[in-house]
Formats: sequence, structure tokens, C-alpha cells
Amino acid sequence: MTTPVAHSATNPRRPSGRARTFWTRLKTGDEVAFLITLACAASVLLVTGLLVFELYQNSALPRHKFGWSFLTTDVWDPVAEEFGALPFIYGTLVTSALALVIGIPLGVGAAIFLAELAPARISAGLTFLIELLAAVPSVIYGLLGIFILVPALRSAEPTLRAVLGWMPIFQGPFYGVSLLSAGVVLSVMILPFIISISREVILAVPNDQREAALALGATRWETTWDIVLPYAKNGITGSIFLALARALGETMAVTMVIGNDPKIVGSLFAPGYTIAAVIANEFTEATGDMYSGALIELGLVLFGLTIIINAVARILVSGGRLKGAP
Amino acid sequence: MTAAAPLRSANTTRRKVVNVVMLTLTGLCTLVAAGTLVFILGYLFIHGGSSLTLDFFTKLPTPVGEAGGGMANAILGSAKLLLIAMLVGVPLGFMGGVYLSEFGGSAFSFFVRYTTDLLNGVPSIVIGIFAYTVIVLPQKHFSTLAGGLALGVMMIPIAIRSSEEFLRAVPISLREGSMALGASKARSILTVVIPAAKHGILTGIMLNLARVAGETAPLLFTSFGNRYWSPGWDQPTAALPVMIFNYAISPYEDWHRQAWSAGFVLLALVLTVNIVARIIISKRTSPR
Repeated sequence: MTTPVAHSATNPRRPSGRARTFWTRLKTGDEVAFLITLACAASVLLVTGLLVFELYQNSALPRHKFGWSFLTTDVWDPVAEEFGALPFIYGTLVTSALALVIGIPLGVGAAIFLAELAPARISAGLTFLIELLAAVPSVIYGLLGIFILVPALRSAEPTLRAVLGWMPIFQGPFYGVSLLSAGVVLSVMILPFIISISREVILAVPNDQREAALALGATRWETTWDIVLPYAKNGITGSIFLALARALGETMAVTMVIGNDPKIVGSLFAPGYTIAAVIANEFTEATGDMYSGALIELGLVLFGLTIIINAVARILVSGGRLKGAP
Repeated sequence: MTAAAPLRSANTTRRKVVNVVMLTLTGLCTLVAAGTLVFILGYLFIHGGSSLTLDFFTKLPTPVGEAGGGMANAILGSAKLLLIAMLVGVPLGFMGGVYLSEFGGSAFSFFVRYTTDLLNGVPSIVIGIFAYTVIVLPQKHFSTLAGGLALGVMMIPIAIRSSEEFLRAVPISLREGSMALGASKARSILTVVIPAAKHGILTGIMLNLARVAGETAPLLFTSFGNRYWSPGWDQPTAALPVMIFNYAISPYEDWHRQAWSAGFVLLALVLTVNIVARIIISKRTSPR
């Protein structure tokens, strides 16, 4: 189509693509466009690199003083300048785990319904609605959490105790603001991520897999549970990891309902504190380099956690697609 | 065969019951998820919409404990923050997207894509710390600029990926046609490829803005907050999401009411942009 002969025949002065020198490409603007866009693309690397550098640099003071014990001590005393991250790591992990416990069955269940059962039009409409949940700002979830969820949980406390009270994690005094409320808010916030990705992965399962199972006499549910879900397993796991990364880093909604108390009690009814929440609450009040350094080191810990989880999620989601293709 | 028949039918009944029960449960899951959104919308629109007054848009916040007043300064503050964010995030993100779509393909662009995804996954509060260390710390005071930078950094990864996606969707034949007519690569990108992807890219930018408009965490210790009009770009400013947070955790009844109003305004804005953008995207892509 674009052989060099034809090219030079129509435009004899312009050398063909491969033979063009750097200078001619610069004159036509190609090299300029390349360099400018390259610089912009490289800015991502620069920003990310600078971000890691700043977090590392500005947390030097507590890193040198506490070393790895920063992660394993549970004292958070700004007055005595004793800082340990354990209560926050605990709060972050517990609330995220709770969010997954509630969010996974709900999310995967809804994804199954939307992908396998609902007619295409209804499925698209409902998915659109659910994806709008992801667009709701986090501070609005917090607003609803404070004024609706917390009072609702407080009035549901007797029922909760009656049904779940035999477990130690549902004992102790309950004030409404708690790890439990934070977990519930988070579970709603991660739902759209689990649902929309899982639905896509399930839809990508080839139809002959389903048809083969149905032809062998499997029920609709057996087909879904034994054939479709194992096939889509990696993608669904990936969506769960992405949701987990969201939950770990979520700040405002959690800050508003968790009670902000750096203690490890061992009950979901107790108030707690997460890494993101303590940064949000105490950063502007942090006096002294050690205090703000400790908060920045918490940021570094959070950054590391989410980077790892995100990387795993990406590998699972893209790997699932590659393996899914026959 | 005959001996196994009753056993099989009992088994079949069990399987059929399991089938119906489980499928109904998945329907219920969907109902809960979609119902939550309807509930959130309904509650905010009824509760927040009813307490919305004209003062909200035109007046400054009143002193603590005094009823009335509005959030005019926060609305302007949010607009200023978004403007800075757009100036930072859109050019970098868009051009980066052009690179990945038109010049990419090497190991370098794989690396860029990977880093973009990582940056996208960084919690917003950590981006806030970054803007704090880069601008607030050397300047020694909170500023609109720092808040805008934080939001701008959050925009970059999404701007890159959405621009790349929409540019890639432009058929390769358009590029070939342009170059066959003798246009240089840069010229054909500028006059053929980008115009063809224009609507998608603009929609992507709108969605991106809507997302960072609701961000609160990165603003807490960058643009901080202000009870009055912000005196300048390098001074602290109020912002709508931060106001919602501060008013919601306050002990005053009237501040709670205003938090609901602000929540209503913010949500209405964000959802309108989202809905319009999705309609535009689905219209553009469906005939394909």
C-alpha cells in the first residue's frame, strides 16, 4: 500500500519513513511531538518517584528512632513522643476485613445475577446505577454514616447482641461509633468495584462452557457455581484485591464513624482508629518534627500496603484475562 | 435404572431447590446494592434539598454558634482548586496519553502504564501528604495552590489512561489515510486523531474533575479551610467537601443542616456530570 516507490513517486522530495533523518523529522514536528509527549508520560514516573522520596525523607526522624518496632508497638503518645503504629494497622486491617466479609458475598452475588440471569438491558441499567455508587464522594458516605448508620446500629444493638453476642468480637460496650460501623460503610463503598469488575469477568466466560454444563443436566446454579465461577476465579479475586486496596486507603467516611480511639480491644463494638484516619485528624495539629514525621511514616506504611495489594490485583485481573482466552 | 430412580428424583428436587434459592439470593444481593444507591440519593435529595436556601450560595459562614449563613466562599474555593487541578493534571495526563497511544509500544511505555496504575491506587490522603511536603512545608503555610496540586496529581493517572483509551479507539485507517496524503505523524495526530477522539477525551476530563471535586482527605492539610473569602492563591481556602466534614462532626444542629445542604449540592453536581458523561460515551461507542 505505502511502498517507498509509490511514496516517493507522489512526493519525491520527502524521503520514505525509515530513511528520514532526525533533522527532517524534527522539521516536520514529529520529533518535537514525540519529545513533548514523552516528557509528559515521564512526569508520572517523576511524580511517583518524588512521592516515595518525600515520604521516605520526611519520616527519617521516627524511622531512625524506632526502627521496625514502630510497626509492632501499640503506644501512641504524642506528648512523650512515643509512637507505635500497631493500633492503626490493627484498625485498618480489621475494618477492611469486615468490609470484605460483608462485601464479597453481596458483590459476587449481585455480579452473578447481573451477568448470568438478568436480561441484557436490565443488567446494563442496574450496573450503571451500581457504578454510580463509586462516584459518590467519600465524605458523603461519612455524612450518611454519622447521621443514619450509627444511630441505626445503636438501635439495632440488642438484636445484634442476641444473634451474634456469643462471639467475643461482638461483646463489650457499644456506643455506635465503632469498628463495626466503619466496616459496614466500607463494605458499601467497595461494592461497586467488586460488582462491576466481577460482572465483566463473568460475562467474558465463553458460552460453550455454560452450554456444555447445561447439556450434561446441571442446573443453572450448578453451572454458575461449578463451571463459570472457577473459570472467572482469577478476575474475581483481582476485583476483591482492588476493593481491598480502596478500603485500606479510605479516609473520610471511616474517620467520621470509627470513633478515633487508638486502642486494641478485640471487639468490633469498640471504637478504633485507622492509619488514614489518624493522619487526617492529627496532621494539622502535629507539633514537632517527630510527631509529624511519625504521621508521615504512617503514610509510608499505608502507601506500601496499597501498592502491594494493587500490584497483586493487577496481576490477577490481567492474568485472568490472558488465561481466560483460549 | 429403576432402583436408582427414587433416589435420583429426591436428589433432583434438592438440586432444584438449591438452584431456586441461590438464584433468588443473587437477585437479593443486586437489590441491596442498587437499593443502597436509591436510598442515598433519596435521603440526600429529600433531607439536603429541603434545607437548601439561597443564602447557602451567596453568604459567608456565620460565627460559631450563630444560625444562618452559607458557604459561598467554599463554593468559590472548590472552583479555584479544581481550576489549578485541571491546569496540572489535564495537560500532563492528556499528552502522556498521546505518547502511550501514538508513540508507545516499548518497554518504557509498559513501565509508564504500570506506574500510572500504581499512582492511581495511592490513597488520596497520601497524595495530600505529598503536596504538604512539596509546597506547604517550604512555604510554612497552607495554600490553595497546595490543595490544587494534590487534586491535580490525583487527576494525572486517570487522564492518561482515559486519553490513551479514547485515542486508541480511533481507527488505524484514519491515521494511514492522513499519512498517505503526505501529513507528518505529528500533523496527523494533531489534525486527525485528536479531533476524532475529542468527545471521548473531554468526557473523560469531566468525569475526572467530578471525581476529584468530592475529594476531602488531600485538602485537609493543604488548602486547610477558611471562614472567609480566601485572600489569594497562596492562602488557605475553604472547599465544599472539607466544609461538609467539619460541619458534620461539629456539635451544632444548624451546621448539620448546612452539611446536608452542601452534601446535596456536591452529590447533585457529581452525579449529573457522571450521568451526562456516560450517556455521551455510550452514544459514541454503541454504533461501533
